[in-house]
Amino acid sequence: MNSRPNSFRSGPDERGHFGMFGGRFVAETLMPLILDLEKAYAEAKADPAFQREMNGYLKDYIGRPSPLYFAQRLTEHLGGAKIYLKREELNHTGSHKVNNVLGQIMVARRMGKKRIIAETGAGQHGVATATLCARFGLDCVVYMGAVDVARQEPNVIRMEMLGAKVVPVQSGTRTLKDAMNEALRDWVTNVHDTFYCIGTVAGPHPYPMMVRDFQSIIGHETRAQMQEAEGRLPDSLIACIGGGSNAMGLFHPFLDDPSVEIFGVEAAGHGLDKLHAASLTGGKPGVLHGNRTYLLMDADGQIQDAHSISAGLDYPGIGPEHSWLHESGRVKYISATDEEALAAFQLLSRLEGIIPALESAHAIARVIDLAPKRSKDHLMVVNLSGRGDKDVPQVGDILKSRKAK
Amino acid sequence: MSTRIDTRLADLRKQGRAAFVTFLMAGDPDPATSLAIIKALPQAGAEIIEIGMPFTDPMADGPAIQAAGLRALKGGMTLHKTLDLVRGFRKDDDATPIVLMGYYNPIYIYGVEAFLADAKTAGVDGLIIVDLPPEEDDELCLPAMKAGLNFIRLATPTTDDKRLPAVLANTSGFVYYVSITGITGAAAANATQVGDAVARIKRHTKLPVCVGFGIRTPDAARDIARAADGAVVGTALVEALAKSLDAEGRATAATVKAVADLTASLAQGVRGAAQAAE
Repeated sequence: MNSRPNSFRSGPDERGHFGMFGGRFVAETLMPLILDLEKAYAEAKADPAFQREMNGYLKDYIGRPSPLYFAQRLTEHLGGAKIYLKREELNHTGSHKVNNVLGQIMVARRMGKKRIIAETGAGQHGVATATLCARFGLDCVVYMGAVDVARQEPNVIRMEMLGAKVVPVQSGTRTLKDAMNEALRDWVTNVHDTFYCIGTVAGPHPYPMMVRDFQSIIGHETRAQMQEAEGRLPDSLIACIGGGSNAMGLFHPFLDDPSVEIFGVEAAGHGLDKLHAASLTGGKPGVLHGNRTYLLMDADGQIQDAHSISAGLDYPGIGPEHSWLHESGRVKYISATDEEALAAFQLLSRLEGIIPALESAHAIARVIDLAPKRSKDHLMVVNLSGRGDKDVPQVGDILKSRKAK
Repeated sequence: MSTRIDTRLADLRKQGRAAFVTFLMAGDPDPATSLAIIKALPQAGAEIIEIGMPFTDPMADGPAIQAAGLRALKGGMTLHKTLDLVRGFRKDDDATPIVLMGYYNPIYIYGVEAFLADAKTAGVDGLIIVDLPPEEDDELCLPAMKAGLNFIRLATPTTDDKRLPAVLANTSGFVYYVSITGITGAAAANATQVGDAVARIKRHTKLPVCVGFGIRTPDAARDIARAADGAVVGTALVEALAKSLDAEGRATAATVKAVADLTASLAQGVRGAAQAAE
């Protein structure tokens, strides 16, 4: 980049572009709906009653604000930066996903939609969607790759308990990208009564912007909480990235504060030279699922299989605004392997009594080597985007099989 | 500059007939069989040939066409080889229009300018790209028009009168009316509703209107051909092809014939519409 933009927070433009990324690459059947949604969201955003109602649910139903917690033992153990955890795992349903779902469901209600569909990887977005559909009496169908249904069974049971229909997706690689394909196929078939609640900062405009706006509460709270705790801005922010919604929510309010270093952690799976899910590090720009963004693909433009131990990061793309922040250099994108995430998962559990989601463990994994290199007065915030209860059976099996060897 | 599509549709209009348009996936189940099938289509009665460009993530396609794409990719099909297929077809047939249909990413990765030049030279006449609505016309639609290729737009039941002018603005060749809201091969189209929709589109354009999605039988093809300038059949042909394969998904001696036979009987249906109208 030879010219630095005046602001990193002004995107997207009216056509949904963040630089060259984003856009609206969808079938004609969906286009009128997407334009309706754009209008409905703009009206909701400008309506103080909508904000008031949402703030009520954020506080009393979701339990916000989520704490900004000083991780004293982790800090002492690593012997460098002062580490704070933004406790999104304490939200109702156990992750940051619910912030976005609440917003979208309220927009869906304004639009008079009665049927909600969603895609889910780890199941956190599916659980959040099923929860709010139960709360507001809406029909809910969740598409989930058959591979993920098997490895995230606790969340499948939760969704069904909440009254949602979970559809295991057997096409393609049977993970998150195929769940998204299938959700789009449902949407194109049931356009008249259905609202597609996308779980991350991806998809056609206005989704990347809308989901970012709903998740930005994470960063806004962090700013105020850090001010209260330390009287200043944090020095660095770290979050894991699949599609990138928890990261975007934490980062966005700080993008125009040049003193704040920002790190996004992609899933390096078995390693960047093997199967992984690090689209920015190992991919290139392409068009999928309604937007132009970095994707993992072959020389013919065919989308490649991603791999991560964490179902929530197992996606060959990333939100378009991240692609733009990557190319503009404002955010540094790094990665953590399955093994590093597993080690971080165990470390945080034992030092802080907090079992993180495998997704969030990727962020912790990079804290383990970044924090010791920073001074003791460096304030580092990690987004603890979800709790690890859903991963306990999977991690338990892996650790047991290793002991046996 | 008129393409083979313009010429063919104008001829058929003079004859008072609707066009029979077939869709099959390039390279399904292997490049050689695929070429043999496509070569057999005109003689079996296909008047415009749509060829699918395989893609790993066909978001608007049902299970049959998804499976066809995966078979083709497994057989090593690429966009370069799809253009080879067109070149192979053009050796013996310089009249039947060829339309490539698919998703944008493989073209974007090939490089838009290079792709358009290569496609034109190979003998491609038009493009249908499912995930490029008018809002993204700068990407491929406008460059394709400049390169002398028709950019055929999909209109759907959700494309209302307010939106139609935008959808039609840069469309050429014909308008492809998607007769249902849904994915390929899903519900059957209702001929009366299709007739109303075609009439509505024709109030906005002089272009021919071909109708697809949900047409599976000669009778259905005849009903649609009465209501429109062309009837497109895809899933039924792809399924006939799939049924002819062996347990490993390889072509058999029956494969080319299975597709040609169904093409012939569907073509009879479409011709039946013209006779019934006389």
